[in-house]
Amino acid sequence: MKKIEAIIRHFKLEDVKSALVEKGISGMTITEVRGFGRQKGHTEMYRGTEYRVDFVPKVKVEVVVDDAKLHTATAAIVKAAQTGQIGDGKIFVSDLEESVRIRTGETGSDAI
Amino acid sequence: MSVRADNKNPSDAEIEFMRVFSGAVTLRCWIFVAAVSGLLIVGNLPSPLFAQETASQGAAAPASPPAVQPDSTGTHGGAGNDTTVPVADAKAGLTIKDVADRVGKNVISINIVWTLITGFLVMFMQAGFALVETGLCRAKNSAHTMAMNFMIYPLGMLGFYVCGFAFMFGGGGGAPALGTSTAVLDSMCHFQFLGKTFNLIGLKGFFLGPSVYDCGVFALFLFQMVFMDTTATIPTGTMAERWKFSAFVLYGLCIGTIMYPVYGCWVWGGGWLAQLGANFGLGHGTVDFAGSSVVHMQGGVIALIGGWMIGPRLGKYNKDGSINPIPPHSIPMVMLGTFILAFGWFGFNPGSTLAGTDDRIAIVAVNTMMAGTTAALATYLWMVGPRKMKPDPSMLCNGMLAGLVAITAPCAFVNSISACVIGIVAGVLVVEAVFFIDRVLKIDDCVGAISVHGVNGLWGILSLGLFADGTYGAGWNGVGADSYMGVAGKGVTGLFYGDSSQFIAQCIGGLACFTYLAIISFIVFKVTGALSGGLRVSPEDELDGVDLPEMGVAGYSGFAMDKASETPHSH
Repeated sequence: MKKIEAIIRHFKLEDVKSALVEKGISGMTITEVRGFGRQKGHTEMYRGTEYRVDFVPKVKVEVVVDDAKLHTATAAIVKAAQTGQIGDGKIFVSDLEESVRIRTGETGSDAI
Repeated sequence: MSVRADNKNPSDAEIEFMRVFSGAVTLRCWIFVAAVSGLLIVGNLPSPLFAQETASQGAAAPASPPAVQPDSTGTHGGAGNDTTVPVADAKAGLTIKDVADRVGKNVISINIVWTLITGFLVMFMQAGFALVETGLCRAKNSAHTMAMNFMIYPLGMLGFYVCGFAFMFGGGGGAPALGTSTAVLDSMCHFQFLGKTFNLIGLKGFFLGPSVYDCGVFALFLFQMVFMDTTATIPTGTMAERWKFSAFVLYGLCIGTIMYPVYGCWVWGGGWLAQLGANFGLGHGTVDFAGSSVVHMQGGVIALIGGWMIGPRLGKYNKDGSINPIPPHSIPMVMLGTFILAFGWFGFNPGSTLAGTDDRIAIVAVNTMMAGTTAALATYLWMVGPRKMKPDPSMLCNGMLAGLVAITAPCAFVNSISACVIGIVAGVLVVEAVFFIDRVLKIDDCVGAISVHGVNGLWGILSLGLFADGTYGAGWNGVGADSYMGVAGKGVTGLFYGDSSQFIAQCIGGLACFTYLAIISFIVFKVTGALSGGLRVSPEDELDGVDLPEMGVAGYSGFAMDKASETPHSH
């Protein structure tokens, strides 16, 4: 099992969700997050003074998939979340040891 | 897959039930509407039966008084017993004098109603101030900022009731338009100098006692009390997010007692500034129609001294002097508050005639509207044009308020073109003043109150000395009741219309306002700070947000709040 963490633009969430569901991935968890990458935020102006917004608001999507589906899922996310502009976000993938469905007690791939 | 958001779908039976039920409800609604319509139609149809009955009754009993009919056209108004003219001498019957007395009485009644209703509008401006100031603060300080704006109403009232009103109006003769004899408020502390009398402070009307137990005086008290509270709530914006609540409460007691009423007496209570015209031939003395200086500049100067003494919010300035802006937590709240204030200003300025029978209220109201709106336009154009900024909504609000503050003094004395010019200047002035106070003086004014009320309050009274066109205010402050500048009926006249001495009187007024308020504010903030163990909360409380440490409850309990993003870090 793999855990995919995709940090994407807010307005791309709907596209990413549909793309993943289309590939048979129907579960996900999202979080409002803030951060920066190479772009290092941007500047805004309030009452005549410029200030840096270092931590730009983004949405983090977490999806757990079988190893076999990993490539399909990441490809779907990239395709859906891409605008080509700076600030599209990143995808991180990590190994996942275990998962449990609380209602039934099923474990492993059955629980995804 | 791991999670399915399993919304429980309604069963077919449930859907069927809902369909039938909603159908039944709709049907009942239609029956009700039909019944009401039917009743209305029947009620309005001419009924021959009803008419016959009335006619036969009239024939049978010709002596009985005509039946009272509903008067839908208003042509029979005044026929009821409660509105007949009281007859002084029953033997003589109704005389012209009875009618004249009643007409005079009605004038007073209209004036009192007008003064009260506009006073109620001004009271509602407290809500506007509360929203503007709270919206411009950070969420973690919202309960504290709101509570200051709330408590200043009762605290300010207390001081004004105890002695503030007496100091301000005790010797001013009251407002004859409200039916009060000039002998009611007639006790003035004064001194003689250079053969002239200088009125310093009124001394009658403490606790609105028996000697001033008078309808007109009470109407005046209500109106002036809410004006005082407008001044009182201005510094809470500048000093927000760090003012210790106990120190603020002590300040709240001082504002209505000794801070506000003194300069108020000098201009509105017949004091020495109002006498500048009669004593020294300086125009009509210092003239301030609705309080650019008496209300707003006073508040602005207190805010300036308070903001300077309490120091900037933590994180506002870096060591090298550069600024970290602290963005507001709710722009919609700020703009709603600004609308409420602009609405309340229609009580503030037109109400200051203290007379609904003074038709000048129409001109006052239009000038108020013109200056506020042109100022907001000017602020917008100045920001996107020469200043190359986005049209920051917080500044647009400051701009509209600046125009309203500036027109408050001259609103009754200028024409609409002048009102627009005054508004445009105010709209530009406020932007530059915010930058100057932020960058040069380095006084951290959370809401721009010093720029809006202080700077534009001064501009307001000075602009009166420039633009007053002489069409209104004949006999103001006892000057030129018969004729002024050789013209009968000529009123307050500014520099551009030929009376430079009026402008000098306005300058003296501004100087006196700044001097007195700067001194008294310094003393009050020193003393209240010492009594409450410092003006300011601890740095830890300030960084955490003052809601919980000072008030015991968060403004937005249960909301996730990212405090790290709210407090800039100085470096």
